[in-house]
Order: sequence, then C-alpha cells, then structure tokens
Amino acid sequence: MKPGAGWFKGGDMTTAPNPASAYDMSHEDVVENLATFALLVDNEAGVLHRVVGLFAARGYNIDSLTVAETDRRSHTSRITIVTRGAPHVLEQIEAQLSKVVSVRRVHDVTRDPNGIERELALVKVRGTGTDRVEALRVSDIFRAKVIDTTSESFVFEITGAPSKIDSFVELMRPLGLVELSRTGVLSIERGAEGM
Amino acid sequence: MTAQTTTRSIAPTTAREMTGAEMVVRALVDQGVDTLFGYPGGAVLPIYDALFNDNETHGERLRHILVRHEQGATHAAEGYARSTGKPGVVLVTSGPGATNAITGIVDALMDSIPMVVFTGQVPTHLIGTDAFQEADTVGITRACTKHNYLVKDVADLPRIIHEAFHIATTGRPGPVLIDIPKDVQFSTATYQGPDEVAFSHGYAPRTKGDSGKIAEAVRLIAKARRPVFYTGGGVINAGPAASAALRTLAAMTGAPVTSTLMGLGAFPAADPAWLGMLGMHGTYEANHAMHDCDVMICVGARFDDRVTGRLDAFSPNSKKIHIDIDASSINKNVRVDIGIVGDARSVLDDMIEAWKAEGLEANRTALDDWWRQIDAWRAVQCLRYTPSTTAIKPQQAIERLYALTRDRDTYITTEVGQHQMWAAQFYRFQEPNRWMTSGGLGTMGYGMPAAVGVQLAHPGSLVIDIAGEASIQMCIQELSTAVQYGLPIKIFILNNEWMGMVRQWQQLLHGERYSQSYSESLPDFVKLAEAYGAVGIRCSDPAELDAKIMEMIDSPHPVIFDCRVEKLENCLPMIPSGKAHNEMILPEGGDDIGKVIDEAGRRLV
Ligand SMILES: Cc1ncc(C[n+]2csc(CCOP(=O)(O)OP(=O)(O)O)c2C)c(N)n1
Ligand SMILES: [Mg+2]
Repeated sequence: MKPGAGWFKGGDMTTAPNPASAYDMSHEDVVENLATFALLVDNEAGVLHRVVGLFAARGYNIDSLTVAETDRRSHTSRITIVTRGAPHVLEQIEAQLSKVVSVRRVHDVTRDPNGIERELALVKVRGTGTDRVEALRVSDIFRAKVIDTTSESFVFEITGAPSKIDSFVELMRPLGLVELSRTGVLSIERGAEGM
Repeated sequence: MTAQTTTRSIAPTTAREMTGAEMVVRALVDQGVDTLFGYPGGAVLPIYDALFNDNETHGERLRHILVRHEQGATHAAEGYARSTGKPGVVLVTSGPGATNAITGIVDALMDSIPMVVFTGQVPTHLIGTDAFQEADTVGITRACTKHNYLVKDVADLPRIIHEAFHIATTGRPGPVLIDIPKDVQFSTATYQGPDEVAFSHGYAPRTKGDSGKIAEAVRLIAKARRPVFYTGGGVINAGPAASAALRTLAAMTGAPVTSTLMGLGAFPAADPAWLGMLGMHGTYEANHAMHDCDVMICVGARFDDRVTGRLDAFSPNSKKIHIDIDASSINKNVRVDIGIVGDARSVLDDMIEAWKAEGLEANRTALDDWWRQIDAWRAVQCLRYTPSTTAIKPQQAIERLYALTRDRDTYITTEVGQHQMWAAQFYRFQEPNRWMTSGGLGTMGYGMPAAVGVQLAHPGSLVIDIAGEASIQMCIQELSTAVQYGLPIKIFILNNEWMGMVRQWQQLLHGERYSQSYSESLPDFVKLAEAYGAVGIRCSDPAELDAKIMEMIDSPHPVIFDCRVEKLENCLPMIPSGKAHNEMILPEGGDDIGKVIDEAGRRLV
C-alpha cells in the first residue's frame, strides 16, 4: 500500500482530557496507549479511503494498517488498524469508526483478553563470517524461516506478535540488516465465536 | 419533444423496466419528494428528460426549482429540509455542478440537515481519463457527506436511492450523495420500490436510550439544586414532538432552559424559564447559569467551541448528562457523567415517564434560590443598547421586525455575521423549525437561497432573510429564482457597510487595523432589487422604520429592504476567545474592548 495522507503521524495531535480551549487540544502531551482495532467493512470502492481519511481528518495516528477481502459472498473485508492515543482519544476513534456507514463492526482487540495479534515480516540480512552464523542461529531461536540465500545474504520470514518481530529486528541490526518489510498487525479472537 | 420520448413516458406506471434516469424520478416520487432543487448540464440531461416526461404524464407531481448557482440549490434544499423536517433534494451536473454544490453539502453535514444530492458523472468508460467536466465527485465528497455512492450498475440504482434517503433522514441526519454516470442513466433494469429493496449495509442507528441511564439521569436531576437544560439542533431534528417533550420535562423539573444557535425555537422564548441563547454571543444569564449549575442536561447539542468557551473553565462544578443520537458526540470535547445515546424525542419521553414512575419531585426550595440568582443575572440586562433618534441601531431594527411580525406565520433565515447574532438575540422564537441559520460552517450566502427553500415549502407564510450587505452578495443571484417562481421572500439587510463581525474582531484583536473589511463599493440595493424584478425599499430614519417594515411585509413580491444602520455597533455581550463563561464583555465595556483579550486569546479563532 502506498503511504497516503492517513500515514501522517500527528504525534502532537493528542488530546488532553479538558484542555484550556478547543484550540489547545493539540498541544498537550498525555500518556498514549497502543490500540488495535479490527473492522469488518463492506468491500466496496473507497472504503479504505473512508477509514484512512477519517484518521487523517481528525489527526489520529496510524501505526499499521492491513486490509484484504475476507468474505467474497457477503462482500466484506477486514481492516486491522493499529493506532495510539490517550484513552479518551481511543474511545473517540472507536465511536467515529462505528459511525462510518460502510463499517459493519468495530472490535477493540487490545482491550479484549481473548484477542490475538500476529504480524509477518520479511527480513534481509547481509554478512559473512561469524555475523552470518550468528544471524542463522538467532533466526533458529525465533523460528524464522530462511526463504532465500546467497553466499552473503539471507531473507528470513518471521511471524509472531509485533514485539517479537521488533526484538528479532533489533538483534539482526548489528548483524547486517539491509531491509525490512512488515505486513502490519492481523488479529483474531481466541475461541469458537466469530466477529 | 419528439414523439418517441413522449411514447416511452406514457407506458403504464406499473412497468418495472425503465432507464436509470426514469428510476431516479420514480424513486423520488416513491420517497414522497415534491420539490427538487437543481441545475442542468450534459451529465444529467437524461434525468432532466425523464423529469420532463414525468411532468407531461403526471402533471407537476415533482416540481423542479431551477436555481442560479448550484450552491443555491444546496442551501435552498437545506431551508426546505429544516423548515419541514423532510429531506432536501438536489440535482446537479458533473464537474463544476458538483464542485459548486460542495459548500452546501458541508453546511448540511455540520448542521445535521437531511439532504440527498444527485450528481451526474461522465460515462463509466471515461471515468479516470480526465474527460470533459469530470471530477472525482465521490472522492471529493467522501469527507463531507454522511455517505456517498458511485453507481456502476443500473440494477443497483433503486436500492441505492432508497438507502440514501434512509441514511440521510435517520440517526444523525446528514447529506448523502449519489453520483450517476451518464451511461447508467441510459441503461435499463428493473425498478424496485422502497419496500422491495434489501439494504446492503449494517447501518442501524440507535434511537432508544438505555433505560438504566435514563433512570440514573432523572434521579440526578431531581436531586439538583442548580439544574440547567442546554439544548441544541438535535431537539429540532427529532421533530416537534421532541420540543413538546422538552417543554414538559422542563416544567416538571423546574429547571431553566438555554439553547445553542441551532436549537432556537425548541423552547419558547416567551416562557419564563427561557434564558436566551448561550455561548460566545449568548446572554449573561445563560452563560452564568451554565458556569454555576450543579447538573447540566445537554440534549442534542455537541459542546461546540463557540458554546463552551475556555474548556478547562467550562462549568467546572457540574454533573453532566448528555443525550445525543451520535455516540461519537458524547465525551468528544467534554467528559460527561451520564451519556445517553438515543433520539432526543424518545429519550425525553422516557425521562418524563421515568420521572413519573419514580414519583420524583424537584427540590423547590433549592430551585427558588437558583431562580433568585438567575434573576440577579437577568437584572444585568446584557442585551441593552442605546437607541438613537438619528441612526437606526441594528438591535432596534430586529426588535421592530420581531414586534411587527410576531403575530404572523413567520420563518427567519440569516446570513453570517453580526446581523445573524443580533437576529438570534433579539428575534424571539416560540416554535421549532422557524429559524434557519448556518451554524457549524457559518456560511455567508446561506440565507437567501435557504429562504427560497422555506418559501416553497410554506407558500402562504412570511419568510425573511435577515442579512448583511456583504453576505447577501455571495448568493444574490438567487433573487432571480425567487422572482421566477413568484416567491415573496423578504431580504432584510442590516447595512452597516462593513463586514461587521470581521471589523469587530479587528477592533478587538488586531489593534483596530481594519484590513479589507470595509465595502468600498456597494451596489444600490434598491436598484438591484428592481433590476431583478423585485421591490427595493430603503430606510435610514428610525422614525420611518415601522412604516417601511410594514410596507415590506405587505408587499406580495420579493423585497430587498436596505436598512441603513449604525455602522460601528458591536455585537455584545461576548465571551472573548480563550475566556470562560463568567468572563463576558458586557455592553458598557464596549469602548475599550481592544484590551480585553490576551495574547493567547488572539491566536484562537
Ligand atoms: C463564505 C464565508 N466567507 C468568509 C466568512 C468570514 N466572515 C464571517 S462574518 C463576515 C462578515 C459578514 O459581513 P456582513 O454580511 O456585512 O454582516 P455583518 O457582520 O456586517 O452583520 C465574514 C467575512 C464567512 N463566514 N463565510
Ligand atoms: Mg455588514
């Protein structure tokens, strides 16, 4: 996906509970939490724009975003969006998303104890000698798969919680990290029930 | 007309196979639409053709009002909608037709006005080629409609139209746009009526409030010592029954009532419990009551920045109840204690029932003290002004207009500026749906086309646009529409030769540097009226004011009334930007208002 306006990081756009004036709302620094929202949306032209446009227009952050059709017969897609903000901002984001006509369901995965989050990353590492051996050893510990090899590089495929991928990437950095491609977070609930 | 097109239109109306263009007309009729505001162009000609044929066959069951600019069509539709409670319908062409309509669409979104807009689009196979008069209308309007559609298959059109009306008129009302490529207007499919289509989305707004929270809310009100109702446009949108319920509940609880600009008329100005409008140019008593109350009952309003003033000083010691159909309005700007998602009418009715069921009684002794306090604030007489024998004061002009029209069946629209605030302060509304103004967007140019829409919906009523000489020039072309359709709207211009509200802010905030706010060259409004085929009246003498207003009212024609008023009058009272509700500027401080606002306040809007 091309980074659109929705990728604008309004880091200073967080809202304090009752700021001095509506115009001061963007300048207060308050504790931000990460939140993952799973949305079921009508699979129609422009639906992604509706969601991303809402984030851009209201100054919310998007940390990651994934989208794909998940049910062809009922024309639904699933969007998973990772965002950050003070608790009442997250509440507002959920309410605003629920208001979009094309959005059928909004689920706050972070607040759900049964929520599972996974991400996939492709990681290219270049190196020789002991760095190369070490990269392979670490990848083994993380249960990453080697999906491409040359005499001086590997491409690893790794899945897991975003924090696991972060740790893996940090370990690879001194070993010759060249390039990183991440899917963004996917989510689902434990148990037999569907969204 | 060729024989061929005529033949097609007289096919039996039960025929289900029809073109997309015919579906539009048929669906509008089935939706109970009687008036359509529009402007033709290449990409909507098939629909205009279908309209022509429908008129030939069925008479004018669907009346098309030809405006002079597409912005006018949208504001006229807003006026029609706001004065009737029915959706306003607009039909415009692709490209410039659609872009000209944007201002009114945003206006309707901000003020929650039900509206359905049809735009023509270039044929499907040309979309994306930068074709003549192509604009990405659904892309442009995605952020300023409640929902929008690009129709790709004529078979979907009946469902989309009926869905659009449903979405526009339910929940929090708003504008819905349907973009129809020209080839889709020509192709044929089977029409389905409103009851035959299956909606394709999960849209289901909640109208019934949570009964537990409603019970909690009425108990809180019964215990209140200093309650106040803060009501908004949501009460008007919920229909006249919501206004009736508000009156009942206010009487039961003994609480005073104030309202936002959009909510005027839901509670009668003649009622002793009425405090006047609140907010930036609201009354002293309304703003102080908001600041000092212990229980605030907000119904269908949204804690807008013009209302709250400085947020960290906003009603610091109150418990707040917020009733709104839009869940995202609750806790958006101000944290509340009890948030009830639901339709104002339904929730107010349920509150009345809950109050009775629990046998609650208001605390009359505490309320007596509260009312004494309110009377003390009222004694400040925050709206007083000094009349003059040589110049007409704008406040006086509105007061006289009110006095001379109060016993008539009157509807008021406004433009944007000082005159709008004076109208809100001095015209006393007793009924809902009588007051049409651009609140959220503050659109100069709104009032006259809105008056056209109102007059069409209420042919026998007196419809007055209270205007400024600058604003009126933004959509002056719609006077031609009024003349064409014989709509006797009255345009009452408070002509101060200044963009008065801009001048006031420059005086207040920018060291009296009056940059570009004086109108060096104004038209002769009397001659302008005559040029359009309307009547022009001018008045600058306070002694002649009443007689000339009567002349305006009695004219069966559209009238421009050029009321020359005191040029430098400021609109007061005022809560300056960045100040709290209890820090208002009152009329007597008017001379040194340049010093009231501090540096931080100057940077606010
Ligand atoms: C379309 C638009 N442009 C600019 C403004 C900013 N604005 C607000 S009030 C005002 C002046 C209005 O002047 P006038 O119509 O003469 O009314 P007055 O304040 O003098 O009563 C302006 C320019 C606006 N509200 N709308
Ligand atoms: Mg003026």
